[in-house]
Amino acid sequence: MASNIRIVIAKPGLDGHDRGAKVVARTLRDAGHEVIYTGLRRTAKQIVETVRDEDARFLGLSSLSGAHNHLFPRVCELLVEEGLSDVIVFGGGIIPEDDRPALHDCGIRAIFGPGTPTDEILEFIQTAYSMENIGVGGDGNWNWQSTA
Amino acid sequence: MDVDQIRMALGGNRRSLARTLTNIENGTVTIQQIRSLLGENEPSDKSNAWGSLAITGAPGVGKSCLIDKLLKIWAQQGNRVALLAIDPSSPRTGGALLGDRVRITSIDNEAIKNQIYIRSIATRKSSGSVPLIVADMIEFLHMAKWDKVVVETVGSGQSEVRCAAIADRIVVIEGPARGDGVQAEKAGLLELADAVIVNKSDLPGASKHAEELLESFELGLGDVPPVILTSALNEIGVNEAAKVLIHLADSGRSVRARWRERLLAHNERKILESPKLEEILASLAVGSISIDEAVRTLSGE
Repeated sequence: MASNIRIVIAKPGLDGHDRGAKVVARTLRDAGHEVIYTGLRRTAKQIVETVRDEDARFLGLSSLSGAHNHLFPRVCELLVEEGLSDVIVFGGGIIPEDDRPALHDCGIRAIFGPGTPTDEILEFIQTAYSMENIGVGGDGNWNWQSTA
Repeated sequence: MDVDQIRMALGGNRRSLARTLTNIENGTVTIQQIRSLLGENEPSDKSNAWGSLAITGAPGVGKSCLIDKLLKIWAQQGNRVALLAIDPSSPRTGGALLGDRVRITSIDNEAIKNQIYIRSIATRKSSGSVPLIVADMIEFLHMAKWDKVVVETVGSGQSEVRCAAIADRIVVIEGPARGDGVQAEKAGLLELADAVIVNKSDLPGASKHAEELLESFELGLGDVPPVILTSALNEIGVNEAAKVLIHLADSGRSVRARWRERLLAHNERKILESPKLEEILASLAVGSISIDEAVRTLSGE
């Protein structure tokens, strides 16, 4: 199993709820990964620059404010612009089922709602790590089927 | 070795810089390989100005907060400053939560963010507050024209001096009310400090602590290092600290101790990187070899 994967966990936009982000960060840490947490209220640009400077393989975006349809695609767009197409992006928080297909279309490979078992997130990371072409700018047409 | 990647990193591409640092950290490329690629020799530290500055101190004294302010001032003066922020890896799982960026806001400042580079580093297998591979990462940052590299170490205690092994200068951050005068007399990290900053000067006990430290230094051997009072939160004394630290001379107090630590660190790295390590640990655990035999095997005797 791959360990020591560098993963950025980020909170875009005006949203002060970071319990979920912290639980995910902790889970990833306990699985042996190196997790960089950005702190609250980051702009899309700040998040992308952090991913670039930290050389992260994965980016996890958390939003509970309802602004995910605006913020998540913007982050994906900027990642591609910065030449970070190979970074694998996943999201979580309060993301209604109806909103998910559009986010997947932007290159977000998994979306985890409340109640997701933490093991499922680890399984996603391991599976995605070994796949080709599923970075945010990749043309792979694969998405994780999440249970929540 | 990805030569294009390295050349792009040296040409100023931050993505390539970050990727190359990862490769150095993971050991997929060595600094010796990069040196020979560029036809460079091992750098000699003859220069009076520092290329790397270790900032250390106990958890919660305000290291990150103060470093943020220093980065801002130095970048505004036109320096290219890199910060290597080190946090511990879990000895059980090997994972790490790297959260120093949370407190660093100077990188969000549009006017200076191109002159600041921040990288979070986990200690991984290293037992000290700074993994030795950081020395190679610093050297590459210097090659890429990041002239001033600040290393923020794991919040450390008195006896933690391994950071001395890699940086040109050592700055110790203290807080107020860190025990009575006897604490200042104890041996350890403070003896190696090229400068001491007493942060949180807005709280009671800070100036008293600074006086006690000065007194203690004056009784000791060699030059007295600067002792500076700051309040990073209220931005008091920070400009002065930035001025003193950027020109900080080698106090000469720590040269031997520094080499002692470098020696120990290299020895430790040899043990930790030995292909026989796992096998030896297994043998030790079941008692089939003695610790003396283990040491002999590891040192290749």
